[in-house]
Amino acid sequence: MDLKTNFIGLKMQNPTVLASGILGTNFPLMQRVFEEGGAGAITMKSIGPEERNGHANPSVIEWEHGLLNAVGLPSPGFQNMEKEWKQLSKRNFPLIASIYGASVEEFATVAKDVALHKPDAIEVNISCPNTKEHGQIFGTSKEVSAKVIKAVKKEIGEISLIAKLTPQAPNIAVIAAGCEKAGADAICAVNTVAGMCIDIDARKPILHNKFGGLSGPAIKPVGIKCVYQIYESVKIPILGMGGISNGRDAIEYIQAGATALGIGSATHYQGIEVFKKICDEMQKWMKENNVKSLKEIRGVAHA
Amino acid sequence: MNEKPTMAAIKKIVSETPDIKTYYLDFAMDAKPGQFAMAWIPGLDEKPFTLTASGKECAITVQCKGKFTKAMCELKEGNKIGIRGPYGNGFDLKEVKRVCIVAGGCGAAPIALLAEQLKEQGAKISIVLGAKTGKACLFKERLGKTTKGLYITTDDGSLGEKGFVTTILESLLKKEKFDCIFCCGPEGMMKAVFEICEKYKIKCQLNLERYMRCATGICGACALGKWLVCKDGPVFTGEQLRETADFGKSAMLKSGKNVSTKEFSEWRQK
Repeated sequence: MDLKTNFIGLKMQNPTVLASGILGTNFPLMQRVFEEGGAGAITMKSIGPEERNGHANPSVIEWEHGLLNAVGLPSPGFQNMEKEWKQLSKRNFPLIASIYGASVEEFATVAKDVALHKPDAIEVNISCPNTKEHGQIFGTSKEVSAKVIKAVKKEIGEISLIAKLTPQAPNIAVIAAGCEKAGADAICAVNTVAGMCIDIDARKPILHNKFGGLSGPAIKPVGIKCVYQIYESVKIPILGMGGISNGRDAIEYIQAGATALGIGSATHYQGIEVFKKICDEMQKWMKENNVKSLKEIRGVAHA
Repeated sequence: MNEKPTMAAIKKIVSETPDIKTYYLDFAMDAKPGQFAMAWIPGLDEKPFTLTASGKECAITVQCKGKFTKAMCELKEGNKIGIRGPYGNGFDLKEVKRVCIVAGGCGAAPIALLAEQLKEQGAKISIVLGAKTGKACLFKERLGKTTKGLYITTDDGSLGEKGFVTTILESLLKKEKFDCIFCCGPEGMMKAVFEICEKYKIKCQLNLERYMRCATGICGACALGKWLVCKDGPVFTGEQLRETADFGKSAMLKSGKNVSTKEFSEWRQK
């Protein structure tokens, strides 16, 4: 049962990808998620146009059916990452750099610098729900999304571009098609879903930012639906994510049309080794159902 | 576990030093020494604190120095704060019979529970406790109850010996044998203790600190090399630290910017 995956030129031992904003803060930790955890590729913590602290705590909480976070895109800023890039140049894993900005120009500036350091792909975060000025606004408009993608594409040359979309776009399939036309090489769906928790004893929102992004098991049906719709509107491959916790979830995303699979919140529930576990479970299901490669079942739910 | 804070009343506040207080909470937590909890002041922030009492009424000990801890120090008995935990691995107390504990400044906080539990399991304990001044010396009474071998050093000589904890540790190592050295304090001090342990080929366990967000091992803010201080730590063994280039050298600020531990601790003191 072969899980080897070629996703926009990234040669991955399996389709799992560490999602951005999870653990990807330094090189040794990324290497650990690859080597000990078994991830097929690693996404770095999103890189922004300047040094940014993110929100005060609580910034990540667990509620009954998932996580809610408003970490708020902390970033050293692209200017302060020389040491990290130097270490990353010796990596033995496929690396996706994630970038954000508050304007088309900022996206382009960050992309230009990041591209110099030759990550294997650049994920453009046009969908973070946690900051007033960053991301989300881009990802809900077809025109603005396309503008950002076009501007980034121009700066990064041969490096593959992944557009990360929000499930809160009125029609995510239309946005995805717009990104494809603007030069995206892949679509990543979905980012978190906006939500809020109030502590009734404190009579206050729990997250310092009040609102945050839902992730984990609660949003899996949202992600599946989005990937399913996007699969029908674009030809480029999809990095599917949202609530993948086990092999069956992973297969479900593949059947909806995903090529690669983002894992994030599951590392909170099951630890860094969850990538390996999910792959083992995928292989078990494939064996039981006489499926030799994921190609056989990709998008099969559309038939 | 449901990792949301629970609002709990402050049952008792004990003044430990002029600027350090212990808060006993109406909240049960079975904590191992070295484990920590996240304390939340709604609308302000949430921060990690080592647990200084375990059981029916858990406790955290807070030094009033920053925006959050100053707000903590304004709170009265009966006020409520949010609490979640325990988190982290805690010290490993298996198979230790003769130990030396080295603590500096508010690094004495996790040491109280540690020494008490070690005493309970019959270990022979020596403690080297360092502080700026005699008045600032945290938990000297509590620690004194766990051993006759409590050695105090202060920067100004107002209590115990004037000088460094490391000098006392080395003199103890020359005449006694220990199974393990436990340590918590400023990172520079811990690095020096680690190096002494390497020199004398003794096992050690060090309680480290990095800026922390989620406390549950997902965000990566507290990464120390490949380790997560919140989940793999905060207690690390000498073997782990030997392979960790960042120890005693660099740490991440809130933004994730990698800076020297000197710059990090200056920021932490603000």
